[in-house]
Amino acid sequence: MIAFIVSAIRLGMTLLFGATGETITEKSGHLNLGIPGVMCVGASCGCFAEYLYLTAAGENVSGVLAVLIPVIATLLGGALMGLLFSFLTVTLRANQNVTGLAITTLGVGISDYIIDKTGLIYISGATYFKASLPFASKLGSFGEIFLSHGVLVYAAIIVAVLTSFIFNRTRVGLHLRAVGENPATADAAGINVSRYRYLATCIGCGIASLGGLSFVMDYLNGNWEYIIDDIGWLAIALVIFTVWKPNLAIFGSLIFGALYIASSYIPGISFAGKELFKLLPYGVTIIVLIFTSVRSRKKNQPPESLGLNYFREER
Amino acid sequence: MANNIKLECRGITKTFGSVVANKDCDLDVREGEILAILGENGSGKTTLMNMVAGIYFPDAGQILIDGKEVSIASPKDAFKYKIGMIHQHFKLVNVFSAVENIALGTDENKRYKLSAVTKKVIEITQRYGFMIDPDKKVHDMSVSEKQTVEIIKVLYRGADILILDEPTAVLTPQETEKLFAVLRRMREDGKSIIIITHKMHEVLSISDRVAVLRKGEHVATVNTAETNEAELTEMMMGEKVDLNINRSEPQNTADRLIVKGVTSVNDEGRKVLDDITFTAKAGEILGIAGIAGSGQRELLESIAGLHKLSAGEITYVDPKTGNDENLRNKTPIQIRDLGVRLSFVPEDRLGMGLVGNMDIIDNMMLRSYKKGFAFVQRKGPKDLAERIIRDLHVATPSATTPVRQLSGGNVQKVLVGREIAAAPSVLMAAYPVRGLDVNASYTIYNLLNEQKERGVAVIFVGEDLDVLMDLCDRILVINSGKVTGIVDGRTAKKDELGMLMVKSTSIAENKTEGEN
Amino acid sequence: MAEAKIKTPLFHIAKRDPASMKWYTGVIVRAVAVVAALIVSGVLIMLLANINPLEVYSSMFDGVFGTERRIWNTLQDLAILLCISLAVTPAFKMRFWNCGAEGQVLIGGLATISVMFFLGDVLPYPVLILVMIVASIAAGVIWAVIPAIFKAIWNTNETLFTLMMNYVAIQIVAWFLKMFVKSGSGVLGAMPEYGLPVVGGKQFLLNIIIVAVLTAVSFIYLKYSKQGYEISVVGESENTAKYIGIGVKKVIIRTLIVSGAICGIAGLLIVGGTNHTISTTAVAGRGFTAIMVSWLAKFNPLTMVLTTFIVVFLDRGAQQISTAFGIPSSISDIITGIMLLFIIGCEFFLRYKIVFTKHAKEVA
Repeated sequence: MIAFIVSAIRLGMTLLFGATGETITEKSGHLNLGIPGVMCVGASCGCFAEYLYLTAAGENVSGVLAVLIPVIATLLGGALMGLLFSFLTVTLRANQNVTGLAITTLGVGISDYIIDKTGLIYISGATYFKASLPFASKLGSFGEIFLSHGVLVYAAIIVAVLTSFIFNRTRVGLHLRAVGENPATADAAGINVSRYRYLATCIGCGIASLGGLSFVMDYLNGNWEYIIDDIGWLAIALVIFTVWKPNLAIFGSLIFGALYIASSYIPGISFAGKELFKLLPYGVTIIVLIFTSVRSRKKNQPPESLGLNYFREER
Repeated sequence: MANNIKLECRGITKTFGSVVANKDCDLDVREGEILAILGENGSGKTTLMNMVAGIYFPDAGQILIDGKEVSIASPKDAFKYKIGMIHQHFKLVNVFSAVENIALGTDENKRYKLSAVTKKVIEITQRYGFMIDPDKKVHDMSVSEKQTVEIIKVLYRGADILILDEPTAVLTPQETEKLFAVLRRMREDGKSIIIITHKMHEVLSISDRVAVLRKGEHVATVNTAETNEAELTEMMMGEKVDLNINRSEPQNTADRLIVKGVTSVNDEGRKVLDDITFTAKAGEILGIAGIAGSGQRELLESIAGLHKLSAGEITYVDPKTGNDENLRNKTPIQIRDLGVRLSFVPEDRLGMGLVGNMDIIDNMMLRSYKKGFAFVQRKGPKDLAERIIRDLHVATPSATTPVRQLSGGNVQKVLVGREIAAAPSVLMAAYPVRGLDVNASYTIYNLLNEQKERGVAVIFVGEDLDVLMDLCDRILVINSGKVTGIVDGRTAKKDELGMLMVKSTSIAENKTEGEN
Repeated sequence: MAEAKIKTPLFHIAKRDPASMKWYTGVIVRAVAVVAALIVSGVLIMLLANINPLEVYSSMFDGVFGTERRIWNTLQDLAILLCISLAVTPAFKMRFWNCGAEGQVLIGGLATISVMFFLGDVLPYPVLILVMIVASIAAGVIWAVIPAIFKAIWNTNETLFTLMMNYVAIQIVAWFLKMFVKSGSGVLGAMPEYGLPVVGGKQFLLNIIIVAVLTAVSFIYLKYSKQGYEISVVGESENTAKYIGIGVKKVIIRTLIVSGAICGIAGLLIVGGTNHTISTTAVAGRGFTAIMVSWLAKFNPLTMVLTTFIVVFLDRGAQQISTAFGIPSSISDIITGIMLLFIIGCEFFLRYKIVFTKHAKEVA
């Protein structure tokens, strides 16, 4: 049972990064269907950087650097993909759905290429990410559930809380929401719509790719062969599930994580049954999607201009 | 007061593709005055002001504030020079409260605190006499409330130059008076106010000076006190025009459409039509007046079969057979085939009657494509398109030009032409002259009059009370989905109509006039 | 003096007037984009693998047209991708973002394989084929029509709904494989004996013929039929459609039935006509690629043949490079991605033009 909860938390926090990143992007009005590709690229960049660092450092590995270097590489890799997406959709005004899908194709390709090229199945360094508080193991099940995780797991929660705070309590958040709801209004109010969209997308993609890194390091213990676009789609589902609220996403991600792995912990379930269990997160998302649209309340709706580009002189 | 020149435009030119919106425009506005910019639709009023507000950037020309040349490349620049514009389509975020909307894009350097904003907003409302709930969400507001938020937003930013684009289009006469009172108070406060309009009586009642624009060019700026309606019209049109509508006496009237107790509920469960009863007669024009969104649209849609009724009957008297047909049980297509035609022109002219990206022929086909087996036939629509282009003088390169590329007047001719071509017995036109210049408007009025003389029952939903009083034989006034009165178009008084438009509906029930 | 300080933007962007554009502008701009993408990919491969770019191109060409077998493979790939692209087109023309082709095709394939697996030795061959066809189409239709119904009635966001349906389909296929493959390996052996008949001695000829016919039918359906006209009207403006008495809900559902049916056929062709087995990756992302193919062709089925060819050419070409020069096969995704982004990006230059601002001084 405890192992189940721990595992659900680890997978959940991976998804939380993805969902928080995508929420930031979507709040600016960008429906980035490239997020699965972005997460793959980010993860493989981070792992590759780790591989390079560990090879170069040899015996003298610093635990801090072994975490910091891949994190920075991941953020950069993700942000670069975000930059590409924004350049196409903001500057060149390309269709967001189509661009997103192309980014996913490209991203999965780049990520696979890096993995194939290094020829490694395992990327060492997961131990540095999983280094937990020394006294965690002494506190029994409480310690194991709440304190045994690596730094990225806590970072995910901090980022989500912080994002939620920025959305609701700061001017930047107000402006960002205005850009996603009604860019013409934001523009008329003197807000630089393009800059907000570029930045939100790049930052969002950077944060989302940390999810990819966390997936490899915390959940797969460094077995990066299995980095797949599935988690990206799950993250997008999570955004809808938690109606564009990162603070809700903290709990939503735990539910998703639990649903996704539940089959492995339920005794007596067949191999086939496990596969059916894995469709639960998607099924639940569909139900949420239907539920919010049927109620059609003015609250909890997607940003009004989600998926639409903005061009001031359109007429 | 020495009334300095606050804002000056010199030689402003702006083109969109091959269309020249403004050509070498000069304009100035002084401190503490209200300047009206008068011009027909398409004369470049809004475009010129959009350049002052930083929405567009001029191709050529200079803008001067307090005598210094400035470059206004974005709305942000405009705020820097204390210019604020209230657009015709409100630029508000629906899910935000009034205060959140006002705070948007302001006080970049201060700490973000909505309570401080609220305090300042209340100060402004008290100073100029606005009424507003700062925490109300925009999607719960009425049109007039939204406009108030827009104006406060601009004042909050400390604007000295306020530009209002057609501010009264959506207001009742009473709300207009309130707005004008606020504007006068601002003028006394030393603000420069520019009001864009094409309504002559408003120009005369509120402005100090009038700048007239025609076809993108500045014709003249005159003192309001030294001019009159005829002179302004001539400047606006470039020629002396006779603005009389030839209203003939109705001939051979017979009941054509009998609407009885029609009630309808919208998606949110609110009654949009409440016990509406009236009769439309052959050979007359029945006008419908009311504040925007009072149920005009729903009423016409109900008759056309596009809107579900929760109660009531709509009876159509077939002129050929003399039979009564109950329209409530019929599909939109069956209703159309009987000869009931709806020519609905919503705010976005292309939004409903026509498809902008399709050419004129394909748009003709919207009405006829159902004919024949499985495949569409283009021959008939092609002939019709060519006939309408010829008969109504539609200015278009060809029949295969997408209607989006036509000017407003020509789009309207295509739409009305198509509806008339089917030889209707009931013709419903909603806002058919919205966005048209005066000449094009009169072409449309003449078309409606022609139909009336042919014995068609015409129902005309209008915005301009002057036009309604000149064109219609009877005027039905609607308010919050209820009929508040039916008056004779020849004897109606404007303030009487205005009263009916806002009359509290509980009293109205007793007074509703049936037939005349 | 004051004038010198004024900042004037160097240029701004204006919308092109479609009427004033020459017909060949579009062809040139797109051709430039394709060539530019090829150059970028070539340089990339050169940097990654240190190969002469010219060799890369000739190798790609060789991979696509080198032998008779390769040509058949290319045509087969073309047929399948084109089929899925045709499937999503009616929905997209109606502005219904059907991102669920992946799942709709897969579920069509699952229906096919189920019939082959359970009924293969029960039914006589002609009946079996008939049941396969009906089952695959029905499955595709069901998968497409569920989001359509919710869209029609409650305006549920179809992009996200259809995306989620993909994964539901994938998990159901995974369940099927684990459930019925006796070895427990999850890999189902091919069952060519129950597959679609081979025509003219060529394995893929039937697939190609079916898709060619579908292409022609789709073109006529969209351009000349009443239903095609209704799709255009709903796509352009739902209000207009309502106003002239088109039942918008009916059209949405009907169009997605058509869309889903063609997806089902694609599933049939992949499973019954090609692989004779199924895996969770049988569609291999082509449901998404098809969206881009269809969009790039402006939803015209005939142009789609060309856009499909570009994608297939890159894919097969890149696979050849990967075997010939020992580069990881994922290079094909990278090159395809680059090409798609270039073509998507070039649309900008067709819709807008850049206008350089005349400086105030020049005018004054």
